[in-house]
This record gives sequence, C-alpha cells and structure tokens, in this order.
Amino acid sequence: MSISPENARQAIPESDASESKALPKVQIRGVNFFYGSHQVLRNVSMDVPALKVTALIGPSGCGKTTLLRCLNRMHDLYPGNRYEGSIQVQPDGTDILRSDMDPIQVRMRFGMVFQKPNPFPKSIYENVAYGLRLQGMNRRRDLDERVEKALREAALWEEVKSRLHQMAHNLSGGQQQRLCIARAIATDPDVVLFDEPTSALDPIATSKIEELIVELKKRVTVMIVTHNLQQAGRISDMTAFMYLGELVEFGETNRMFTNPTKPQTEDYISGRFG
Amino acid sequence: MQPEQLQKHQEGRARRRRAIDRNFRRLGFFLTLSTLGILGILMLNLAMNGLARIDWQFMSSFPSRRAGEAGILSAWVGTLLLMLVTASAAIPFGVAAGIYLEEYAPKNRWTDFVEINIANLAGVPSILYGLMALGLFVYQFRFGQSLLSGGLALGCLVLPIVIVATRESLRTIPSGIREAAFALGATRWQAVWHHLLPYSTGGIATGVILAMSRAIGESAPLITIGALTFIAFLPPAPLISHAPFVSVDWLFSPFTALPIQMFNWVSRPGEEFQSNAAAAGLILMVITLSMNAAAILLRRRAQRNITW
Repeated sequence: MSISPENARQAIPESDASESKALPKVQIRGVNFFYGSHQVLRNVSMDVPALKVTALIGPSGCGKTTLLRCLNRMHDLYPGNRYEGSIQVQPDGTDILRSDMDPIQVRMRFGMVFQKPNPFPKSIYENVAYGLRLQGMNRRRDLDERVEKALREAALWEEVKSRLHQMAHNLSGGQQQRLCIARAIATDPDVVLFDEPTSALDPIATSKIEELIVELKKRVTVMIVTHNLQQAGRISDMTAFMYLGELVEFGETNRMFTNPTKPQTEDYISGRFG
Repeated sequence: MQPEQLQKHQEGRARRRRAIDRNFRRLGFFLTLSTLGILGILMLNLAMNGLARIDWQFMSSFPSRRAGEAGILSAWVGTLLLMLVTASAAIPFGVAAGIYLEEYAPKNRWTDFVEINIANLAGVPSILYGLMALGLFVYQFRFGQSLLSGGLALGCLVLPIVIVATRESLRTIPSGIREAAFALGATRWQAVWHHLLPYSTGGIATGVILAMSRAIGESAPLITIGALTFIAFLPPAPLISHAPFVSVDWLFSPFTALPIQMFNWVSRPGEEFQSNAAAAGLILMVITLSMNAAAILLRRRAQRNITW
C-alpha cells in the first residue's frame, strides 16, 4: 500500500456533507483503490456521521462493497491490492489506511457482517465469545456477561438462551445472521459494516435485521451496502450513491430519494438503470 | 424418402442406439464384477491357505527354520513400530506443508512449481525412496539399518498423500469462515489454529489413515535400506526400569516387517512355509482393509458434523 499525501489533503468534492450536523465518525479523503492495475475506487471522499446509519447504494460493480471493505482493511488479505488516500476515525483521528497501521487493530474497531450468514461451526456461545477471546478476555464470568449483552442487543437472546451451547448451524438463516451481528458487536466496535446483510434472507428475517440495525445506531455507527433501494430508504439516515468507482452524490436519505441533485442519482433511484 | 420410410429408418437407428447403450451397460457390469471377483478370489485363496495357520502361537512366535513353529511376532511388532515412526514424521511435516501451501503461500510461479512437484513426488516409485533413505538416513545421518531409517523412508513416501489431503480438507472450508475470523481481528495463525485446523481434522485424519495403509504394505524401500528377513528378537522396550525410564534405543534396532516376512516365506520351498506366507498376507490385508474402512467412516462422520 502506498498513500500519497497529495490525495489525502484534497478537499471534499461532490458531497454535501454539510447538511449533516452530526459529528463525523469516519472521514474518508481522496481514497483510490487498485486491484492490480485496475482502479476500482476513484477519489472517494465522504464524512460518515457518528451514530447514524449510512447506506452505500449503486449498481453492481460500482465499488460500494470495495469501499466498505477498505474500512476494515479486508483487502489486505489478498495480494495485489493497493490503497491511496486516508480514512480517519474520530475522535482520535487515526488514519487506518496508513501503511504502518496494523490491519488487526483496525478490524477490532470495525465489526463486519457479511452477505451470507457465516457462523463458525461452534456453539452459539463460542461464536459470540470469539472476538472477546481474541482480545484476551478469558474469565468465564466476564464472557458470560458480554455474550448475553451482545445476544440481547442482537434480539436473539430470548430465542437461544436455553441452548447457548448447541451448534450455531442448527439456527435458521435469519437467526444465524443475527448471531453474526451479535458476534460483530460483542467487542464494542466503533463502527459496524454490513455487506448486503439481508440478501440471503426471507422478508420476515430481513425486517427483523432492519429493525435491529435501526436499534443499533443508538450506540454504534453503522454503514450498510445494499442492493435494495427500499431498504436504504427505510433504515438509513444518510445515503451515498456510487457509480463506476466514484461517489456521485452523498446526503441525507430523505433528500436523496425525493430531490437528488445529480441526474445519475435520479435515474438510478427512479429505476431507469442499475 | 417417404415419411413412412423416414420413420422406419429413424426407428431402426433408435433401436441400434439403444442396443449399444444396453451392451455397454452389460460390458461395464461384467468388467466391474471381474475386478471385484479377482480381489475376492485373492482373499478367498489367502484365507483357504492361511486361515488355519492363524492362532496365538503364530502371532507370538519368532520366525523359525521349522515352518510349524514359525510365527510373525517380530514382523508385526516391527510393522507397528515402523508405522509409529512414519506417522510421527509424516503428520507434522505433511500437515504443516499443507497449511503453508494453502493458507500462507503467495500464488506465484514458484509455488506452482512446488505444487506440481508434490504431485510428482506421489508418483515416484517407492524403491527410489528406499535408495534415497539408504544414502541419507542410513549412511549420511548414520541411523543404520534401523526402524528409524525405515520409518522415515516410508514417511517420505507418504508425505505427498498427507499434504494433498490437508490441502483438500482446508479447501472445503468456505472463505466466509476465514473472513469472519479475520474480521474479528484474528491473525492468520489464529484463524488456522482456532478454526481451519479443527474444522478439517476429519479430512486430514482420513488422509493420514490412507497414507498409513499405503505405507504398511510397502516392502521395496525397506528391503533397499536393509530390513532383515529373519529376526528372532524384539527391539528394546521403550520403557525401562531406571531413569529416565524412557528409551529410544528401539529406534536404532534392526527390524523386519510383515510384507518382508511374507516375501521371505514365499521364496522358501515347502507347502508349510507357503501357508505361513498366506496367513501373514491375510493379516496384512485385513489390517489394510480395516484402515480403509476406518478412513471412510471418519470421512462420513466429518461430513455429517460440519455442513457449510
């Protein structure tokens, strides 16, 4: 990875973050992302407000998932990937794209929930406890407490409290995804990243996850990639529309859906393409 | 052609095509049956010649010039200890190499080269492993014509099997599981140690058992490094009565093994030695088949417990 300070210092283009009065949690500045010689993200800058739900929308291949995965440095796991620009996390202002930044430290601050529920083939309890164990928590009493708290916050506790030590794979798809959310929030991350978390679920499970996400923003900043415009409209406070690796428009969800300023945004939201 | 003629023509063709299909089914069935039949006849032949010979005396006696008094004690103890050395060598090396290649190694020309050569290693004739072991373990490292040299030679022979089994087993774990661990802040080693290895033990164990059942029947590498064919003593015991109470002297003991004992008896004149050979062969075959059965059961169980 190489970061060029020129890019990092660029002003915020093309976004009207000013209309959001909330404090920024994550400040993305001039981010370019390359997969080999192929540039996937082009000069993306945006301020993700704290304790809000920010949705990333756009047609397939527009780079929204790529951007999301920059935030917990998932791209570092695969060879040939390169970042430019900066992503600062407030209040401490740490730049998580700096090359001397340990991706493992970054991932402990940014929880992630994936497209397909991916619980470990272990017990429900051990799934939630795993992140805590990685952070060195070993005392049974502490773990019990945090596991219960996380499962309650993921609205799963009542369904699983009597079978915490059964295999997670016996749960339904929607329950598995809520378990993955519990696993991601158990360690108290600053931000939780959702990568199309409901695309593998039925409508009822989907609406439970959506309620949960809205509930979560009381204590954690949420970013969600979604293909489903209605979903973005229902649950997000801010919406970012991306197209061909660029951030086309970013603003409050209500305004974005009723009165977009860019013609591309309007075309996409009204269903003319994508 | 008239429509009726055309229809007749097509019916004739269809009949012919069905006949070819039917004939292949019969041929395939017959050929499958004959392969199994040969195995069955072999087992039956061994059992008829050797079954009567298998008793406690046969299992607990050393080889002897008199066929009726001879037994396979030194041979089965030798085989058991060889397998112990082979497994202790092949499992750590093979599993570690498999994990490295699958989870750590960058995908480039160099690792492609390594990969192709591991596949090639599996096809090297076993006697060449014997020659390599003779030069390296027996003479260079001065391990002598011992259980250690023999076990290590067999270990090298089955190493590719263990590596391939480990890799395939790791490859069946979906990448979502790795990403889930990494996203929580796990290092690669933690992902391997907490997740990938535990979830693939069934597959790895299956591969190890298959590797052992391959090694147990090998004789060429053992003969090359100089396994003896007539041994009337057991290796020194691994536990001793004085400190430090464990001894590795047995590793440096001369040895024989079941296939070699069998080979020795087969090459002798006399009906009775032949039935000794058949009895030893039967025991070897039963061991191999039960190991393979265990591998199949283990694979089934592993598949049942973990579904992705």
